[in-house]
Amino acid sequence: MPDSTVVEAPEREPGARAPRLLGGRIPIARLREFALVPAIVVVAIAGWIVDPVFVQRQNVINILQTMSEIALLVLAQALVLIVRKMDLSLESTMGLAPGVAAWLTVTEAGQGLDLLPGALAVPVTLAVGVAIGLVNALLIVRFGLSGFIVTLGMLIMLRGTLTGISGGQTFFQLPSSMSYLGTTQWLGLPASVWLCLTLFAVGIAVLGYTSFGRSLYAIGGNEDAARAAGIRTHRTVAIVLVVAGLLAALGGLLLSGRLGSVAAAQGDGAIFTVFAAAVIGGVSLSGGRGSLFGAFTGILLLFMIQNVLTLGGVPAEWIDALNGSIILLALVMSRITTGKAQD
Amino acid sequence: MGDEARHDRASERPPAALAVGVSKRYGSTVALDGAGISVAAGETHALVGRNGAGKSTLVSIMTGLVRPDEGEIAFDGGPAPRLADREAWRGRVACVYQKSTVIPGLTVAENLFLHRQPTTRLGLVNWSALRRRAAELLAEWDVSADVHALAGELTVEQRQFVEIARALSGGARFIVLDEPTAQLDAAAIGRLFARIRELQQRGVTFLFISHHLQEVYDLCDTVTVFRDARHILTAPVAELSKGELVAAMTGEEVTAASGHLRERQADPPPEAPPVLTVEGLTLEDRYADVSFAVRAGEVVGLAGAADSGRIELAETLAGLRAADAGTVEVDGRRPRPGDVPAALAAGVGFVPEDRHRQGLVPDMTIADNTTLTVPDRLGPRGLIDVRRRDALAREMIDDLAIKTPGPGLPVSGLSGGNQQKVVMARALANRPRLLVLVNPTAGVDVRSKDFLLGKAEQVADEGTGVLIASDELDDLALCDRVLVMFRGRLVAAFTAGWTDNELVTAMEGVHTDA
Repeated sequence: MPDSTVVEAPEREPGARAPRLLGGRIPIARLREFALVPAIVVVAIAGWIVDPVFVQRQNVINILQTMSEIALLVLAQALVLIVRKMDLSLESTMGLAPGVAAWLTVTEAGQGLDLLPGALAVPVTLAVGVAIGLVNALLIVRFGLSGFIVTLGMLIMLRGTLTGISGGQTFFQLPSSMSYLGTTQWLGLPASVWLCLTLFAVGIAVLGYTSFGRSLYAIGGNEDAARAAGIRTHRTVAIVLVVAGLLAALGGLLLSGRLGSVAAAQGDGAIFTVFAAAVIGGVSLSGGRGSLFGAFTGILLLFMIQNVLTLGGVPAEWIDALNGSIILLALVMSRITTGKAQD
Repeated sequence: MGDEARHDRASERPPAALAVGVSKRYGSTVALDGAGISVAAGETHALVGRNGAGKSTLVSIMTGLVRPDEGEIAFDGGPAPRLADREAWRGRVACVYQKSTVIPGLTVAENLFLHRQPTTRLGLVNWSALRRRAAELLAEWDVSADVHALAGELTVEQRQFVEIARALSGGARFIVLDEPTAQLDAAAIGRLFARIRELQQRGVTFLFISHHLQEVYDLCDTVTVFRDARHILTAPVAELSKGELVAAMTGEEVTAASGHLRERQADPPPEAPPVLTVEGLTLEDRYADVSFAVRAGEVVGLAGAADSGRIELAETLAGLRAADAGTVEVDGRRPRPGDVPAALAAGVGFVPEDRHRQGLVPDMTIADNTTLTVPDRLGPRGLIDVRRRDALAREMIDDLAIKTPGPGLPVSGLSGGNQQKVVMARALANRPRLLVLVNPTAGVDVRSKDFLLGKAEQVADEGTGVLIASDELDDLALCDRVLVMFRGRLVAAFTAGWTDNELVTAMEGVHTDA
């Protein structure tokens, strides 16, 4: 084999350069984050045709507010999925965290024990979220148990705990500190919308521009390689699980605040929507891929479609069936737009 | 060729890497027994040995992933850092593993600076600086990969270059290459070697691990042989013949008369009927208008680079792909294209390209793996008679000399050579009329290689047609005829008596007008 032919062949396989747009500044790979934007535009136009109310300010705010609580769960789940774990227990945390706070602060007339002053309700809610995250982290990271089954067990146990402490009833007459965030307006927008948008923005910045954020992708993409690069993988995953619990508790707080009560079933079934939104938004169930912006567009799209259906006069009994179909349709669409098999 | 000068220069400096009296036990298994190696600065040092000789364990110890039970490691005359101090290890030694250590979802640039991203004053990742430095790094070491590309989309070759560049950027000038050529075609191997020589000129020391002895002779200055967890010998490559090297690896004399492992002994029956007839077979982008026949009892080679289309063609014969045009006739029948059960029923046995990906279910037992292709021989109506399965598996274990305590062992517990024998056993389980082998000896030790090729020959002697799609000269040497593919077309055919040079030139497409 003549050496010269070998050395003079610097030409690599075709396809070595990734396709790009805008003079090569934006790799196509990054455009996947925006895959749902056209769909959102289409739904917005469809909504406007169905009922012009759809694009009115109050309706848009309404959509954003009703989705803000569950959007925090989507944010939490996206972080967990990126490090290649799953947290099913988020929906129960969403109920139990404010549930415990209400139980301890609400008077007996409101089904509570009246043990603590109302001012402590918010710290208690968040502390319960952190505690649940710590238990998840202990079992999954420290003891190496399967994340799926651990959080499934937690889902059932936490839901049962809420049913237990509430006797299956609804806590009401919540202290004003608890209802503040769910009801107040800042600069003409509900506080929960501000919080949701801010947390997503912070999340996007952390994932995109900090060494910690990038390490989440590294861990999800190839944990051994991440460890070899000096990333403390266990600690990072534990932090993510705790943050997820905290975000779910905050979501629960916003929801209870808005409704003025904590039902024993608060958050029940939400995890399916959460997973659907994350996956539609391009977050991979097998870790290491996806963005928070994508996850946000995922949940936004689902809520917009629901809103259009409601405005279009679809009977409430059919909404669930349509929701399921929409999720499947959105998956098919994202399979077509990204061109990759999902797992 | 400057070898003298290099050795002189090397002798003034302490060895780039030194391991002395290293032992490691895993339970009852002795992985290393007082073994050692001394890699002189600036040389390319080969480490060879059969599967299980202790090479991988030594690499794990020398890269600081595993703590030795006994023994010392030193770099450039200084003691090795603590195991927990990854940063210090990264500054001394790096390993490019067979298994990828890039993170597929991140860009090349980010992979290069993982966990040590340049930051702005606010402590945020400075993406433009990161990309610029990544591009500079790749340019400095002459690696042509796009820093924006996702690492998962790189070719194996590019990924290796990126990993080498990453290793160098960490400060290490001693790099372990663990079977870097296993997944590369001949042209890519040539480019890799050219790159290694360049880097060697620039003072980088390599420890090169390979199953291909020819590569050791082509590339390395010194060779160290391990056998059964011990150090056997270290010698300059120029002073060691191929026969001596193989003898050191196996512990016995192997006659390698022609330089090839094994050549066909018997002649195929001249007028035997064809078991495979391919007419005008075409698959978009992969191969076009391919026609040939394989007679019963004949061994035919299908040579070509990894991108020549030979692998896709072999997969088409096995029913994994459906051709766009043309016909495949196996033993007088035309199995439905793209239908594996139909191909199996027509009598095609298949050893796929990558045993890890397509060949084996690692956590299933040998018995389950070997009988995966023949469910109907295990019992009536889809039920599995465990005793019949194990008996069949035992037959095959004996037949292929698979080293195992019994058929109940998961294949993940076997060495590479024995795993490949399991894949071969599976292909032979339905007594094929046509045996299609893709890279049948990739990543297996010399003895297993010899055995597997011997088995293929034996099967041919019994009247089966054998097609070997490979670019490995040792595999092709067995063949009665070799067909060469280049960029999807059959470009040449050789009968016995070809020289390595002729064949390699045809595979590289130098003589063709394609």
